[in-house]
Amino acid sequence: MITTKSARVMIHVFLLLFGIVWIYPFVWMVFSSLKTNKEFLTSGTKLIPEDFQWQNYSEAWITANFSGYFWNTVIFTVSTVIIVIVLSSLTGYALGRIDFPGKKTIMICVVAIMFIPKGYTIIPLFKLVNAMGLDNSILGIIVAESSGAHVLFILMFASFFANLPKSIEEAAEIDGAGVLTIFTKVMLPLSMPIVATTAIMQFIWTWSSFLVPLVLTISKPELRTLAVGMENFVQTYAVDFSGMAAGATISLLPVMIIFIIMQRYFIEGVAGAVKS
Amino acid sequence: MELSQKSTSKDTSNLKTLQKRKTIWAYIFLAPQIIVFFIFSAYPIVMSYVYSFYEWSGIGPLNDFIGLANYQQLLTSGRFWNSALVSIYYILGTTLLGVGGALILAIILNDQKLKSKGFYRAIYFLPVVTTTAIVGIIMGSIFGINGFFNQLLVDFNIIDKPIPWLTDPVLAVIILIVIGSWKGLGINMVYWLAGLQSIPNELYESAQLDGAGFWATLRHVTLPLLKPIAAVIILLSLVSGINAFDLVKTLTNGGPNFATETMDLFIYNYAFSSQLGGGQVRMGYASAAGVLLGLFTFAISMVFGAASFGKQIIKLKGNKKKKGGVKAL
Repeated sequence: MITTKSARVMIHVFLLLFGIVWIYPFVWMVFSSLKTNKEFLTSGTKLIPEDFQWQNYSEAWITANFSGYFWNTVIFTVSTVIIVIVLSSLTGYALGRIDFPGKKTIMICVVAIMFIPKGYTIIPLFKLVNAMGLDNSILGIIVAESSGAHVLFILMFASFFANLPKSIEEAAEIDGAGVLTIFTKVMLPLSMPIVATTAIMQFIWTWSSFLVPLVLTISKPELRTLAVGMENFVQTYAVDFSGMAAGATISLLPVMIIFIIMQRYFIEGVAGAVKS
Repeated sequence: MELSQKSTSKDTSNLKTLQKRKTIWAYIFLAPQIIVFFIFSAYPIVMSYVYSFYEWSGIGPLNDFIGLANYQQLLTSGRFWNSALVSIYYILGTTLLGVGGALILAIILNDQKLKSKGFYRAIYFLPVVTTTAIVGIIMGSIFGINGFFNQLLVDFNIIDKPIPWLTDPVLAVIILIVIGSWKGLGINMVYWLAGLQSIPNELYESAQLDGAGFWATLRHVTLPLLKPIAAVIILLSLVSGINAFDLVKTLTNGGPNFATETMDLFIYNYAFSSQLGGGQVRMGYASAAGVLLGLFTFAISMVFGAASFGKQIIKLKGNKKKKGGVKAL
């Protein structure tokens, strides 16, 4: 659309400069995590630290218990991702591939869920998890986070399975394979792109989840995730700025790296969501 | 139902047996999701309404039924209305900046001849994947009174003394909106790009043949064709603006003096933080506010949805019928 060469260069300059400003908070975070607290306060806008204080990381990891928060977050996120994939692929397969009485009703319900005004469900959820005796284990947070209907993923799986050629399971049926075998051995492997998109999107959402773990770990500091632990760290050690930056880097880096490696799946998933 | 199907399937043809077996499997496949949904979604939704009619500290039995008193008190509370207003400012502000800015960026990035598109797209998308609560903490430091941003402005002689970005009631709301827009812009950009890529290239080519320049093409070809997807993007942005909790809680925690308290933070404060609530935990009162917030969200979706993409819903229904027909064959 834009043809002249100088205009082209201008656009690149703009996109690059603006892009640096755009992600500068993260660059600032990483370099601040390598300063001493004194340097953090006195170095002004200077980015690069005098000496790289790598021990800030070991202090955050061990003394401030970011190792505990980190592993809690990993367990919490990975479990949630697996549960969500199992639930939505099974539901999506039934709705997209099998004809059965009552299918239409269920389909309408799935879509209607998106539009129901939900009250403040975290209070009943909090009470429910406590009543089930799950309040002293990480299972409570996992269950609360992975519950609910993941409408977007269900619809993604359903439309994927609906569009596969009929001949696939006909061949398997002739070989005498049952529905479960066809699903696990044939259909699920075929749906790997959807599984990948679901896994990456759910991974990033759960890693960033804040309200559910915050409320469910109110009296259980040892179950805190990175986001919740970080919030608590800032309230407890208000003046440990470089420790804060180190903790923030530990929290954000894994998800940023995964995004950079897998960005194609993620961006396609998001784009697919709005198209449908 | 499943049992009766099993017993009658004996004397029917093989094909019917297969169909019955498939039906049973369909229900088995659906069962986990349905069970989980009823326990962890439907039940909490219903209970969030039930709680709202009680005065309840969250401990002990639910026995102090007070009818609509919680709602009455909310609707006459200045703090509640203020939180509603802050939420509305945030929703409108982030939609205006986040969706508008994203459109400009998407139009630039959609240029076919532009090099390193993927690189730029990744840069501008990056904030989307970061943990909002952590971002709130980092930004709290950057925009603090002695923070990086003030130091930068002082260094460049733009200001003489630091500006209280997060402790001035008006500035704090503005900073909140700016950071919220920055955080969400990348996702809107990807939505817009999806919309732009669905416009067939021939339309641009014929516009070029007709001698239309960049602006004319934008005004008469691109923008009109983006209208249907624009409705969806704006609606998604409005609805996501209702959930400002992670950012507000970590950036300002509603301060100064509740000036940046959004509706979801208001509810949290009454339900879980006796200090910032009225000095005591009031789960019934918080639930009532939650119901009002839910209805508010519902109203936005309905009004906006009905006004802008009623036509699409009709189209979608037509498509589904077609799909069903093919499968029946």
